[in-house]
Parts: sequence; structure tokens; C-alpha cells
Amino acid sequence: MSHTEIKKIKAIDIVKLARHTKRPTTLDYIGFIIKDFIELHGDRRFSDDKAIVGGIGFLENIAVTVIGHQKGRNVKENIRRNFGMANPEGYRKALRLMEEAERFGRPIINFIDTPGAYPGIGAEERGQAEAIAYNLYKMSTLRTPIISIVTGEGGSGGALAISIADRIYMLSNTIYSVISPEGCASILWKDAGKADAAAESLKLTAKDLFYFKIIDGIIEEPGNGAHEDHESTAKQIKSTLISTLNELLLIEPSTLIDQRYQKYRKMGVFSE
Amino acid sequence: MSKLFPKCPKCNTSHFISFLKHAHYVCSKCGYLLRLDAAIRVKMICDKRSFTQFDENIRSLDPLEFPKYRDKLDKSIKETKLNEAVLTGTCRIKGFPSTIGVMDPRFIMGSMGSVVGEKITRLLEYSLGNFLPSVIIILSGGARMQEGILSLMQMAKTSAAVKRLNDNHLPLFTVLTDPTTGGVTASYAMLGNVIIAEPNALIGFAGPRVIEQTIGQKLPQGFQRAEFLLEHGMLDMVVQRKQLRSVLGTLLKIHSQRPYSYH
Ligand SMILES: [Zn+2]
Repeated sequence: MSHTEIKKIKAIDIVKLARHTKRPTTLDYIGFIIKDFIELHGDRRFSDDKAIVGGIGFLENIAVTVIGHQKGRNVKENIRRNFGMANPEGYRKALRLMEEAERFGRPIINFIDTPGAYPGIGAEERGQAEAIAYNLYKMSTLRTPIISIVTGEGGSGGALAISIADRIYMLSNTIYSVISPEGCASILWKDAGKADAAAESLKLTAKDLFYFKIIDGIIEEPGNGAHEDHESTAKQIKSTLISTLNELLLIEPSTLIDQRYQKYRKMGVFSE
Repeated sequence: MSKLFPKCPKCNTSHFISFLKHAHYVCSKCGYLLRLDAAIRVKMICDKRSFTQFDENIRSLDPLEFPKYRDKLDKSIKETKLNEAVLTGTCRIKGFPSTIGVMDPRFIMGSMGSVVGEKITRLLEYSLGNFLPSVIIILSGGARMQEGILSLMQMAKTSAAVKRLNDNHLPLFTVLTDPTTGGVTASYAMLGNVIIAEPNALIGFAGPRVIEQTIGQKLPQGFQRAEFLLEHGMLDMVVQRKQLRSVLGTLLKIHSQRPYSYH
């Protein structure tokens, strides 16, 4: 690096890392972090959406509920997981599990990694918008601590729908955005190929979100990224979860949900 | 477009403005519901001179320094003489007091950035503080791309405010007009305790073009239209524009009573 400039990392490169097919998935993290994990299924309304997984187990000695988007690592798995894009029943399953967590006094841990909510005919027929809205509504007052971690792509409403939390973290090579760079480029410049420029403009990296006070911290990934070392990435996440939970478990429920309301209440930039 | 003889955007027929006004801006030829400026909508719904606006001086900044956003904002402000895409305030409808929010199609397609999110949240908080019901007339292309993640978070902020309202037994009535899509649908629009839509309004989460591209097939006739949503259980009713004021009045009247008061 002596005679070359240290290049600023481009947003699109982080987008690529965030989507890297060898990154750990939610079930990988659960394997490393959660003991006695039991996966639970179904929304009790329509079906079991495989794009979102959830269940119960122990983080060290604390009983927790864990929920997350689930991507596949190859085409076959991805078709089964719908590339981590949930239908309404996925968000409804997540909410069902979260309400169980509240009922039995378990903290909730959410792993966020989705291109977005699935845009399909059935999804619209069964109320994709309602499913997302209702999660935002209910999660705002769940009387149990919630921690969300963006582990890959935080794709718009589909990510937000299971990410309302008391503390939000992002891994260092992840993104969280209102729209995908490709979607943004095709709307703005009628050219999905200009995703590079859109990624830059959208300010969607972990650093950007920390700057805008949307997230509470960044969890550094090892080496060139989480895909290179699943286990030590999981270890980093685990230690963040434990220290954060130890702090949140001391807060009584009404204070907790009041602080959660204020957290989101402050988001936004305007003049008056 | 001629101010005296505006054209129906669907069938191109010119209508004399006072006839059009009398017909609640519904085309007499083809039945198309013209999109309404917020101020016209306020006049149509609220009792005469009952609307008092609040938070009219909140303005958008350009926190992401997003390409051309500042120009877009300045142009919208100049053209609409509004500071943002939603008007909020208090009013009476058929004598019943309420807060009201009305979104304007001319301001970046009623999209929700920080200011729309903030104004809607303040409206809901005002309702909470003053024990008032809330009415929001929705028209929106969704979350405003140019404010990135800040726009997305307005969905969380407004939804949490609706929850607080409902936890205190105060209702929200939403009226979904053409178009209601994206992040606004997936937050306060679909959280109305009663959800009304105007005939044939496009209502959905994903845009029809995105869905077509994703699934690689044509969408069925009437897909994502108000009547389709009603049929699928997503709405309470589809109401003709000329009946809207009276339906809202009745809803407010019924909700003004609580015969079994358990608190
Ligand atoms: Zn017409």
C-alpha cells in the first residue's frame, strides 16, 4: 500500500459482500449460538413460510426466542426458501412466535437478511402490506426485550417487519435500505445497471446507518468478511447479544416499551 | 391543462370546472375519479371553515444529499404552495371533532419521507393528547427513496403511534385513494380501525410492474384494485366519493359513544 492510495470502499462492494452466497445464514448462526434449539413452524392461519425461520432455545443460560430470514446457499435451497423473501404468512409466523415470547417472558433475537418482502400475486391477495404493518404495530409494545441484527441484506419493508427492536446492530459488511440499489436505479434513471451510483446515493451501509442514528452499533466481521469465518463472526454476535441482553433484562417492561417508542420517535431529519 | 375546462386524464373529455366540482371530480363520461389536491379534499370532507392546520412549517432537508432531491423539493413547494406532501390539522365532520391528515398527489406523489412521517405521528399524538378520533385520507407512492433509510423508519414511527392511540381506545379511520402503495400501505394505511377505499383505487404493497417482472406473467384483471382488496378481506368498504363525508360522519358519531365503559 506504499505507493497506492488507500481506496475508499465503495457502497456497491459492501452490497456484494452483504449478498455473498457463502455468508452464514440465520440457521448457521443459531447452530453456533443457541443451545437446545427447537424450531417452531407455521402461522396457524395459512402455511409455514420457509423464508422465515424461528424457534426457542438458550443463549448461554437465558431462554430466548430467535427469528430470522432464511436464505439458501444453492439454487435448490433458495427455491425452497424463496431467496429469503417472505410472504404474509412468514411475517405472521414471526409475530406469533414473538407473542409467545412475550407471554413466557423470553427475550427476542431477530436476524435480518432479506432482499425484501416477496412481490407476488398471492402475497398481495393475502395482505402483504397488512402483515408488515401489523408487525410494526404489535412489536412496538411487546413487553419483552428485542434485539435485531442485520446479518446480510436489510431489504426495505420485508426487513423492517421483523426488526423493530430495543437495540439494532449491523454486521460491518451489511446493508439496510428503503429500496434495492437496482430498484432505485431503474426508477430514477430507468437503468438497473446504474446500481453502483444508486448504492452510493442511498447511504445504506452500516456506517451510514450509524451516522444517521438508526442503529446502535456495528459488529466487525473477521478478515475479508463473514463468509470467510462463520464461527468467529458468530462469536462476535454472541458476545454482543449477551452484553446487550444483560443490560435490557434489568429494565422493567413499561420503561422498556416507552424507550422503544422514543427510539423510533426520534428518527427523521427535518427543519422547522 | 385549462383551468376552466380540465380534462379527464383517462378519457380526455373536457369538463366545465363547476360541473366537475359539483360531481366531486368524478368524470361523468367514464367514471374516473380525478386525483384531488389536499386543499380540495379538505373542503369536500370537513365542515365549512372547521379545518385548522398545524405543523405547516416543517420542511424536508436533504440529509442524504441525494442527487436532484433538493431541486425536486423546491419545485414541488413552488408548484403546490405546500411545504410537504401531507396537510394535517383538526376539523369537524358533520359536527363531530376529529384530527385529519390529507396527502397531496402533486408533492412527489405523496411519498413519505421524514416530514410526512413526523406530521402523521404528531397528528396521532395530538389525537391522543386531546381524546380525538383521527381520519387520514391516503394517497402515496410509498416511502420516499430520496431519504433512504430515514423514510423506511417512518413506517415504524407512525405504526407505533397508531398502537398508542388504539391502546387508549381512540380510533383511526383511513381512506385509501388512488394510488396507495408501498411503505404507506404497509404502515398506517392498513392500520385503520375502519379502512375505506375509493372505487377502483390501486392499493398494494409491491407495484404491479415489479410483481409482473418478478413472476414473469400478466396480472389478472382488477388485481390490486379496491374491489379486489374488499373481496380478499383487506378493507371494510368501498365508498363513492360523494358519500364519503357522510360515511365518515356516521363513523365518528358511532365512535363518539362508549355505552360499555370499562375504564
Ligand atoms: Zn373520463
